[in-house]
Amino acid sequence: MTTAAKTNVLNLSTEEFVHPGNRACSGCGLSILYRIGLKALGRDCIFVVPPSCLTVMQGLFPIAASQMPILNGTFASTAAIATGVRAAMKRRGKQTQVVAWAGDGGTADIGIQALSGALERNEDIIYICYDNEAYMNTGVQRSGTTPQGGLTTTTPYGKKEQGKNLPEIVAAHNPAYVATCSASYPLDFHDKLLKAKQISGLKYIHIQTPCPPGWGCEERMTVKIGKAAIDCGLFDLYEIEDGKKQLSEPSRKLLKKAKLPSVQEYLSMQTRFKALSDEQIAVMQERIDQKWADYRQEFCAE
Amino acid sequence: MSEKLIDSGNNAAAMAVQLAAAEVIAAYPITPQTPLTEKLSELIAAGKMDAEYVAVESEHSALGVCIGAASAGVRAFTATSSNGLLYMSEQLHWAAGSRLPLVMCVVNRGIGAPWSVWNDHQDAMSQRDAGWIQIFAKDHQEIVDMTLKAFRLAELVHIPVMVNYDGYYLSHTYMPFELPDAQTVREFLPTYDYAHTLDPEKPESLNTVTLPDARNDINGVKQPGYMDIRHNLHQEMRLALQVWEEIDADFQQRFGRGGTPILDPYRCDDADFVVVAMGTLANQFHDVVDRLRDEGLKVGVLALQIYRPFPTAIIAEALQSVKAVLVYEKGLSYGNQGALYADLKSALYPYPNRPQLHNFIVGLGGRDIGTEDLYQTLKTACLQEALGTPEQNDTPQWIGLQL
Repeated sequence: MTTAAKTNVLNLSTEEFVHPGNRACSGCGLSILYRIGLKALGRDCIFVVPPSCLTVMQGLFPIAASQMPILNGTFASTAAIATGVRAAMKRRGKQTQVVAWAGDGGTADIGIQALSGALERNEDIIYICYDNEAYMNTGVQRSGTTPQGGLTTTTPYGKKEQGKNLPEIVAAHNPAYVATCSASYPLDFHDKLLKAKQISGLKYIHIQTPCPPGWGCEERMTVKIGKAAIDCGLFDLYEIEDGKKQLSEPSRKLLKKAKLPSVQEYLSMQTRFKALSDEQIAVMQERIDQKWADYRQEFCAE
Repeated sequence: MSEKLIDSGNNAAAMAVQLAAAEVIAAYPITPQTPLTEKLSELIAAGKMDAEYVAVESEHSALGVCIGAASAGVRAFTATSSNGLLYMSEQLHWAAGSRLPLVMCVVNRGIGAPWSVWNDHQDAMSQRDAGWIQIFAKDHQEIVDMTLKAFRLAELVHIPVMVNYDGYYLSHTYMPFELPDAQTVREFLPTYDYAHTLDPEKPESLNTVTLPDARNDINGVKQPGYMDIRHNLHQEMRLALQVWEEIDADFQQRFGRGGTPILDPYRCDDADFVVVAMGTLANQFHDVVDRLRDEGLKVGVLALQIYRPFPTAIIAEALQSVKAVLVYEKGLSYGNQGALYADLKSALYPYPNRPQLHNFIVGLGGRDIGTEDLYQTLKTACLQEALGTPEQNDTPQWIGLQL
């Protein structure tokens, strides 16, 4: 497994692809990812975007928020449309990177059929899912990745079901590359994109993306909350290549810690978890502890 | 060199798509379309056709792949039937709104529930308002010729074209037809450069959110809003009729076939009574018309070759002075009438001496359309009309009900 080049604020490209002023909410995790992600992807890219916050962020016709070719498509068909664009590029003999960029609803729910098809065919595209854990663009309705207990406008007393573990569902298709990222670690995302660009076949990147209006927090807390999710061991950053999983640095360093901060600290930073009972939080904590016990066995034995 | 063949309608369509040099094919199997996509996958796998074949997971994705490919400037094709067409319905509207020059064969089949794999036109009729051009073939030669002409039309007017042909009646039957010479087809259908495609050198954001009102761009130039964009689609679809006629004239000059791009009349010149039908049903009426002519009734049949855009003025001119128009169709707008019937009635409304119209529903879900039934119902309707004008009766008459 190759180690990605380490980009930092000193050597990050100063070229901007997103125009100043766009329609993202203040504190938007996606806007961080979009700005930094485009720096990694460069100009020779075509984006395919389903209905999502990114649709709105791009701006309203005839004004665009970025300088990229973007094809807006129907909700369920992001991976299929990206397949078609990639097929066209192949016909034209072009290496142009085709990037599908969708939300959690567009990926885990309505778009999962097309994604699964593209994964099976191992299409040569990058598929990015920015997961803000609900349908935020339509005003915070529950999605397949909304965590258990989470308050949304359609789960007014908290979601009863567990969220889908989408990166693992994707990994079960055995694609070329799977990585998880966080809006709080945009340079990790940047470097994983650089790596993905070098790999042929389907590259899937899943990003936990804090959303202040949807999660119920102040705009200034976006990065802190994303970091807290990783620090308490709830959300892990990793890469899967050739079926082999490896933790990325922000999560790997937790292996050395005897005890992680309790999940309660992360949950209490957001109003969406205020309906969780102590019992539910205890169950959540148990699951995290078990996961990290397994991780220590898996990764520390090496 | 052109080639004379005897083969199935589905294979005829596949060979036309091969001749048209479509570069991206995406399709999902559904009866009775399946042999068409099987043939294309076989041609591509064997290296006889230079194209990408994408085996997708649904019809929605099939048209999604075509939308992606065409948005990137590459000629793309798909095909489906029945519920498959309905499953991709959202994408049909999207492709039309995005003004993509796609071609799709729809091998017409009844829609479930209950399941039926057999032919009628309800699938195509249910998509009449999607913004696609819809043409109907009556035989294998028309499948070939219309498919080639459809690509030219789609690329000239930037509106997708649906080539309809009857499931089983055409898709699975063998018939002689002429396959045009490849070089002549290349001259008729040259590669096409699209003005607005996905290109990192000229980045454009396609299908972005529009507002109800027109809006200035960064140079202060007013750009269309949603309604203006949709108005353009409608206007240019109306103009597509003339373009279709021009394409047909050009095709006729190169290949020696054509001359009936919009209406294909049979013994209509002096007719008092004219049957209007689409697809193979119109051909089935030839024998009925001959028999009634022998009995002294002045009857003809008019095949409608293009349903959307509806050739309102052309068909109304052709029918305005006859005594009665008998509309036979394989689909209807439930709770109202046959869709073609309603369209024809509306087209004839401005004419003071407009004929009476009668509506017949036949062959739903493959119910056998007996030529004798067509003969009897047509004769009865004509004789009633000849005796004196009955009141306009909008209730469709169902032919061939068994219970």
